Amino acid sequence: MQMQTDLLEEARRQAEICNACRYCEGYCSVFPALHAERAFSDGNLTQLANLCHNCRGCSYACQYTAPHEFNLNLPQALANVRQDSWESFAFPRAAGQAFQKHGVRIAVATVIGFALLFWAIHALPTAGGDGFYAALSHNAMVAIFLPAFLFPLVSIAISLRRYWRHIDAGPFRPAHLVAAFGQAANMRNLKGGHGDGCNFEDEDRFSHARRRAHQAVMYGFLLCFASTSAGTILHYVFDMPAPYGFWSLPKLLGVSGGLLLVVGCAEMIRLKLRADPELGATGAFGGEVAFVGLLGFVGLSGLVLYALGQTAMMPALLAIHLGAVLAFFLLTPFTKMAHGFYRLAALTAEAGRKARVAG
Amino acid sequence: MTSPDIAIIGGGNAALCAAITAAEAGARVLILETAPKPYRGGNSRHTRNFRCMHHGPLGPLVDSYTEDEYLADLMKVTGGKTDETLARLAIRTSEECLPWMEAHGVRFQPSLSGTLSLARTNAFFLGGGKSLVNAYYRTAEALGVAVEYEAAVTHLELDGDRVVRIDYTQHGETQSITPKSVVVASGGFQADTDWLARAWGPAAKNFLIRGTPYNRGVVLADLLDQGVEQVGDPTQCHAVAIDGRAPKFDGGIVTRLDCVPFSIVVNKDAQRFYDEGEDVWPKRYAIWGRLVAAQPDQVGYVIIDAKSLELFMPSVFPPIKADTLEELAARMGLPADALIETVTRFNAACGDTSGFHPTELDGVATTGLEPPKTNWARPITQSPFYGYSLRTGVTFTYLGLKVDESAQCAIGNRLITNLWAAGETMAGSILGQGYLAGFGMTIGTVFGRIAGKEAAAHANAN
Ligand SMILES: Cc1cc2nc3c(=O)[nH]c(=O)nc-3n(C[C@H](O)[C@H](O)[C@H](O)COP(=O)(O)OP(=O)(O)OC[C@H]3O[C@@H](n4cnc5c(N)ncnc54)[C@H](O)[C@@H]3O)c2cc1C
Ligand code: SF4
Ligand code: SF4
Repeated sequence: MQMQTDLLEEARRQAEICNACRYCEGYCSVFPALHAERAFSDGNLTQLANLCHNCRGCSYACQYTAPHEFNLNLPQALANVRQDSWESFAFPRAAGQAFQKHGVRIAVATVIGFALLFWAIHALPTAGGDGFYAALSHNAMVAIFLPAFLFPLVSIAISLRRYWRHIDAGPFRPAHLVAAFGQAANMRNLKGGHGDGCNFEDEDRFSHARRRAHQAVMYGFLLCFASTSAGTILHYVFDMPAPYGFWSLPKLLGVSGGLLLVVGCAEMIRLKLRADPELGATGAFGGEVAFVGLLGFVGLSGLVLYALGQTAMMPALLAIHLGAVLAFFLLTPFTKMAHGFYRLAALTAEAGRKARVAG
Repeated sequence: MTSPDIAIIGGGNAALCAAITAAEAGARVLILETAPKPYRGGNSRHTRNFRCMHHGPLGPLVDSYTEDEYLADLMKVTGGKTDETLARLAIRTSEECLPWMEAHGVRFQPSLSGTLSLARTNAFFLGGGKSLVNAYYRTAEALGVAVEYEAAVTHLELDGDRVVRIDYTQHGETQSITPKSVVVASGGFQADTDWLARAWGPAAKNFLIRGTPYNRGVVLADLLDQGVEQVGDPTQCHAVAIDGRAPKFDGGIVTRLDCVPFSIVVNKDAQRFYDEGEDVWPKRYAIWGRLVAAQPDQVGYVIIDAKSLELFMPSVFPPIKADTLEELAARMGLPADALIETVTRFNAACGDTSGFHPTELDGVATTGLEPPKTNWARPITQSPFYGYSLRTGVTFTYLGLKVDESAQCAIGNRLITNLWAAGETMAGSILGQGYLAGFGMTIGTVFGRIAGKEAAAHANAN
């Protein structure tokens, strides 16, 4: 689990300058954690990196950015370490390296997902189900998606364990996880220390655009997830298999979630295109945009499938949507999606650090 | 270019406060900033707080800080060399500045870790001075203020009691404009080391400049040469002892060293020259600039041992480290025998250290040593040993333009009808010597706003 020393070295150099300066203390939870140290271990830096959400406030405020010889670019230094930590702790590690920064490979994986589902729909017997099950039987769907769902969970659990050890976070306490969820739920840090938001799409102008886009993506995703869960419960607990009408729980959750997801991802890509790439992780732009694109496509294809599900295009649309979902699930531990899990872990560890200082 | 109503010379805090105020009064304003955009904002981009009077909690400030207490603090550091009328004006107005600053985009944060002693008196800018400058440029541009970067003002043409023309160079070309009102907010002259050397002697060539390289006093010299009233003398400047490895210009806050009270400081001959433990560091760090300036080659060397390493804020450059004093002397270019002798003598003069307390005057002193160390005197014995070099870092100069309560400049006994000055360039009108942390930004904000208002009133009436 060796991380790249040059990236850590550069982050260390910059963290030492910030520690002598402290002007940015109030922006986010990175700085109080940073100022608590005098010397920075690799674990410290990795934790700081995962506490940073790349709002860029500290960069536009910094009197030492290039052309100054101190050449501060803390958002990028931390983004590079963060990106590297996701790749290094990925299980299997090679998969992290293969996808995190490689948009084209994410796209290829998605197309393979489509192909697999086309093949499944074509080749597997349907046993005469209704609705989508007329194209692909419920059992076949379960056989494909259950492992595709469980594998990422196992993979991420292993990664987080590696992370936790690397940052030397001490014993895990559920109360700190609760605190972390609280922060993540309203994205407190994305408001900036002053509540004016990030410096993302228009240099040093503060705006809430990125936080709003991120909220839409996150809640859109969670609603879609809730929709699938509701369907599963209706199927197994209440013996009410799909298809469901519009006023059913799975459909209401799914349609609203899909809309949020599409709008949120489109806005996120628009913002990313306007932001200064020099303040993000080096070389990660393609991978990030491809991932957001895939997530938005999952939402969009789901909506289209819902709209045209009664037409002859249904089997093809189903293959495309399910193919995208499959690719998304399998890639979760190896793409930007992993950041949500790491961020929770980092916030949990930070809550633990603060509790230790206080107590 | 068509001439604006008001030209503002400089692009730091005082200039921006003047520009915003004038634009809000309806004037067409042009800022001429000599720095390129990434370096806009002069010394203001390096600041962290401003000192603010207040009755009861205000923004990030706790308790109260009254006019009289503020003035008393100021009188103490200036040894009474203060213009009381202007000082009271600055102090009294500072209270309304804080909400004004917030309304114009500045955000505050609680006192930084390591600076709790200032939580009552100084309001810290979130992100520091560059974020303040950024916010003001946004606000000014939204109000229609035009900004020209890399526009170096070279000359103000005076005709009797009026400025009739401003000349500036930009991208190798000379331009002239004829605004109705002019505000000078172009700082001191400390970045012109030739000028410093003329005032200080050649030693000044070894000084480091903590802030912007662009405050070279060009406009100040131009106006003083034409007989505009001046205050202060060129030898007065605010200088502190900073890490000797700091860059020549723009090293800013991170080159500060807080370890002197726990150390001995020697010159290049490895001799001590002043009581390192005279008072708590925030009260003493400003005198060490001059102390070091008086030593051969204008350099000092701080020596501490392992037990003191974590007692002060980390600084940007790691200390030089060695297992023995001999080795440390070699690494720092000091005569080893002399250093060992100085340390041995110092150690022998140390007494009972059980009362050592790093954050209070603990009276743990040397006996029979010249110069004495009157607090925090612990023998330097525990390896590894650490060293830093010290040089004089100039913050700003005091020589400036004399102004009245309206921030207006004068020539002979007459006011110049359309020239105002704000910020560092007129701070000498208030402070004759000495400095109170956070007062520079207070002066710039208060007098910048006054200058902007007066300049706009003049422009709107003509
Ligand atoms: C490291 C450091 C930290 C400091 N910290 C604090 C602090 O925390 N609180 C505090 O109150 N004070 C602090 N000070 C002092 C403070 O910086 C000054 O008092 C204050 O910034 C002065 O503001 P100003 O607008 O007058 O000058 P500046 O901000 O220096 O602005 C002068 C402007 O004039 C421009 N200029 C110069 N010559 C020309 C020309 N010929 N033509 C056109 N433009 C020109 C410059 O480029 C610059 O933009 C600090 C100073 C330093 C160096
Ligand atoms: S990013 Fe720059 S301004 Fe902010 S704490 Fe670090 S060095 Fe200071
Ligand atoms: S980019 Fe934002 S979140 Fe990251 S360290 Fe800077 S201020 Fe904090």
